[in-house]
Amino acid sequence: MNPKPSSSPSTNRPSLRSASWSPYLVGAGIGILSWLAFLVVDKPLGMSTEISKFSGWVTSLFIGFEKMVENPYWASKTPAFGYSTVFLIFTVIGAGLSARLGGTFRWETVPATWQKYQGSSPAKRMAGAFLGGMAVLFGARLAGGCTSGHGISGTLQLAVSGWIFFAVLFASGIATAKLLFRSQQNPA
Amino acid sequence: MNLPFSTSSPAGLIAAAVFGLLFGVLLNKGRVTDYNVIVNLFRLRDWTVVRVMLTAIVVGGLGVLAMMSFGLLGGWHIKDANLLALALGGGIFGVGMALYGYCPGTGVAAIATGSLHALVGFFGMIAGGIVYAFSYPWLKEHVIGVGALGKVRLSEVTPIPDVVWWIILSVVVVIVFRLLGKIGRHAEAS
Repeated sequence: MNPKPSSSPSTNRPSLRSASWSPYLVGAGIGILSWLAFLVVDKPLGMSTEISKFSGWVTSLFIGFEKMVENPYWASKTPAFGYSTVFLIFTVIGAGLSARLGGTFRWETVPATWQKYQGSSPAKRMAGAFLGGMAVLFGARLAGGCTSGHGISGTLQLAVSGWIFFAVLFASGIATAKLLFRSQQNPA
Repeated sequence: MNLPFSTSSPAGLIAAAVFGLLFGVLLNKGRVTDYNVIVNLFRLRDWTVVRVMLTAIVVGGLGVLAMMSFGLLGGWHIKDANLLALALGGGIFGVGMALYGYCPGTGVAAIATGSLHALVGFFGMIAGGIVYAFSYPWLKEHVIGVGALGKVRLSEVTPIPDVVWWIILSVVVVIVFRLLGKIGRHAEAS
């Protein structure tokens, strides 16, 4: 039925040299990582709060640290190097190592799906990525978490907030993709 | 050794490095650092993200519930259910995620896999955080408190206890996976 076995994730003995692992294995791994995070540091996995601290540091370059922490948001989540900073940096390192060892590292400016529907202009893709990134972090901070904090850590504790966030983001993402990737239009 | 470690202790920081490393490897091996995999989720053409996330939720949730009932954990870490903020924030997040092609975790991870647009989007996320911080006083007054249910769990707002929730969820997840298996991988190739 499927003549392309190469398109399926490698099922035999996953190693760091594999390009990818079974999504079920990866999911189980993230689940077990959640156990460890609860057990070892009593802190669920999360990412967006830390990025908003980077926002604070960038702001302090312009108005100074003192003025920045007068902002009521950063006063409550004061930017400081710590656990979440290390976690973020090593997430980047881990993904980079994995991509290098698995042979999937490659420079990418305009990804295939975007190019098919939105054209090959790097400037347009970068503008999309920047605006999309802005909306992602603004939305995450307003909702109080992202796909990690709400989507994994919240839902697995059966938090009402996590499941609502999950449902709303999924519906909104589908609606947006419908507009963004309209089929059979002439690519610009 | 006394668990949990303080997150500011040397042991806590080592844990952060180890957990971060594992998280990064898992995101990459799960292919969710690939822009196409994320946007094809929203186009309902690639179910990798659904497979990863539902498995993570069930495995993670059952384990955390077990550890909780054995008294190994200090307590739940539940975020506030602020209905209006969740609806608006989740809605804006979904628009952004379809446009960026990443969420915060997969976005930072993708930078190291060579995705230059993930890096540009990371600068966008920093900008979004700045806009949020300066809007926060207004949002706090007008949005965040609307429909605030508090730090509630499903078993607290429904008469269904945790164990029954997990039985229901596990059954649903198994059914979803079986259906996805029937759709078959060839449908995801496009």
